[in-house]
Amino acid sequence: MENLSILIHLDYTLMVVAIGAALLGTVSGALGTYAVLRRQSLLGDAISHAALPGIAIAFLLTGSKAPLILVLGAAIAGWLGTLLILSIVRLTRIKYDSALGLVLSTFFGFGLVLHTLIQRTGNANQAGLDTFLFGQAATILERDVLTIAILGGVALMIMLVFWKELKLLVFDEGFAASIGLPTRTLDILLTSLLVMAIVLGLQAVGAVLMSAMLVAPAVAARQWTNRLRLMVFLAGCFGALAGVSGTIISSTASRIPTGPTIVLCATVVVGISITFAPNRGLVWDRIRHQRNRRDLKTATGRLLK
Amino acid sequence: MLQGHFDIQLIAIVTAVACALPGVFLVLRRMTLMSDAISHAILPGIVLAFFLTESLSSPLLILAAAGTGVLTVFLVELLQRTKLVKEDAAIGLTFPALFSVGVILISRFAGNVHLDMDAVLLGELAYAPLNKLKAFGYDLGPVSLYVMGAILVLNLVFILLFYKELKLATFDASLAATLGFAPALIHYGLMTLVSITTVGAFDAVGSILVVALIAGPPATAYLMTDRLSRMLILSAIIGSVNAVSGYWLASLFDVSIAGAIATTTLLIFGLVFVLIPNRGIIAIARRQARQKWEFAQTMLAIHLFNHEGLPEAEAESAIADLHEHLSWDPTFTNQVVKHALNNQYVSRKETQLALTEHGRTIAQQALVQ
Repeated sequence: MENLSILIHLDYTLMVVAIGAALLGTVSGALGTYAVLRRQSLLGDAISHAALPGIAIAFLLTGSKAPLILVLGAAIAGWLGTLLILSIVRLTRIKYDSALGLVLSTFFGFGLVLHTLIQRTGNANQAGLDTFLFGQAATILERDVLTIAILGGVALMIMLVFWKELKLLVFDEGFAASIGLPTRTLDILLTSLLVMAIVLGLQAVGAVLMSAMLVAPAVAARQWTNRLRLMVFLAGCFGALAGVSGTIISSTASRIPTGPTIVLCATVVVGISITFAPNRGLVWDRIRHQRNRRDLKTATGRLLK
Repeated sequence: MLQGHFDIQLIAIVTAVACALPGVFLVLRRMTLMSDAISHAILPGIVLAFFLTESLSSPLLILAAAGTGVLTVFLVELLQRTKLVKEDAAIGLTFPALFSVGVILISRFAGNVHLDMDAVLLGELAYAPLNKLKAFGYDLGPVSLYVMGAILVLNLVFILLFYKELKLATFDASLAATLGFAPALIHYGLMTLVSITTVGAFDAVGSILVVALIAGPPATAYLMTDRLSRMLILSAIIGSVNAVSGYWLASLFDVSIAGAIATTTLLIFGLVFVLIPNRGIIAIARRQARQKWEFAQTMLAIHLFNHEGLPEAEAESAIADLHEHLSWDPTFTNQVVKHALNNQYVSRKETQLALTEHGRTIAQQALVQ
């Protein structure tokens, strides 16, 4: 009964933030599933870092700090960065990891240059960069929640519309190409959805931790099921769970930043899943191992008798 | 001021070279992102050591951070070994978690001690020369120069001593294992080196841009050479060029030095990526265009060769109808014919094409192949 009253008396701002974090967790968890299955877990890290120059240029060009304009700039830069990574990998012998590291850090560095340029002209506040790096979940307002809900909903809707095609792209790209699916276009579509999820999430958890929001829920979900449908659904749920619990935990004590707490909650979910998930989990593996050993022992014992 | 210019550039060059050398092996071993992970994940190590020593330049800080770096590598591999998580996901899980712990520690407990998040993440090279090493009343120069210089020497010694082992473990890990070179030991040695280098470079460029110094010059050099020794030397040179040009870019526009170095890293990589002979984008595009024409001309030669001396030869080699026989676009066909005439694959007899001796050889060779 006491718990319930706490829930009812949850203060309104906290509720808005929690709903926002839950929505973000759902969107990034569901879309992150594809990144993890394609072994592109760190693409999210690259996109989120590469977004910085986009934000700075959007601000320099328009002089406005309206979230939608900055988000658009971030999306374009993140998208260009991804395109550069893919073309470096396709055209040279430089491997995926090096291309990713190179683009991530140099785009970010360029963003930093632009940022100091803006700072020097004196019309940006110092908080801008910190917000980008670590997010500021506490500043999520009702209208942000609405933006997240609409854009995130659109992204998830597109994912559902192209469900079959994306599924084939993830599991058997060669076959998808051979039956005439436009794999390059689908690849770009999937990347764009990822960019959308990341750019939305920047406000809550920031660039450095965004990759965890894509990877952790998906890895956790992977342990419980072998079906894509269930995995996407579970990843969305885990993401939402991490978002809500992280927000609530960070609100219980002073000076616990929300973004990192959300990430740690997601990590805990992964830890539990890896340990206890049926069939795949470490505990089950151990039990199976011992049972096999015992069976083998009794079998050999019987043979030797 | 002049001394300041000189000091900063010297520190930048030493840092860049110290990062580029182990970076070569990371790029070749497909482990660049491990440096990204390490540079973020050492944050809790730095914070804890900072709480103990209350100083950002204590050697304990470097040791603690390097320890955390190796711990990160170990955790990533532990996760991977459960076979439940792939390598990229393992990296993507480990470093944000450790980094989060660091951020929470800072904001929870570091309120009354001075530890600037921006300094840790972004670094500020401009302040590096201000922290001077003083002994017996003499000014011996900036501390970070000594720190990075020592790390550079350490990296150089490690690479020179274990050059053969590193080379073998990088290009053929299983042969290295068979010959008893203990690739795991070399791997952890390299990772320790990367951790120490990353921590050392913190002061100067911060944790995100370290990756630019580690991955940038080796990736650029990788486009330029096939030899490991040359790649190492080229990486060091490119790293220095990036550092110096980045520094001047920064002082020209009065912007972040570390950011400017990362920007020149991207620019110089871009230049090499576009222009380098054989492997650059321009070279690739030209080669593909040339191959397209060569292939078309060979096809034409084969077509003529197949029908040569047969009753239908006259119909098959009429210039006006060629595009139908080869199912090509008419304009494209005309261009191919023009190229083929220029190269003397074929000769023209009124409305007909006939193979020359050279064209016949080409067709025969292509068919044999």
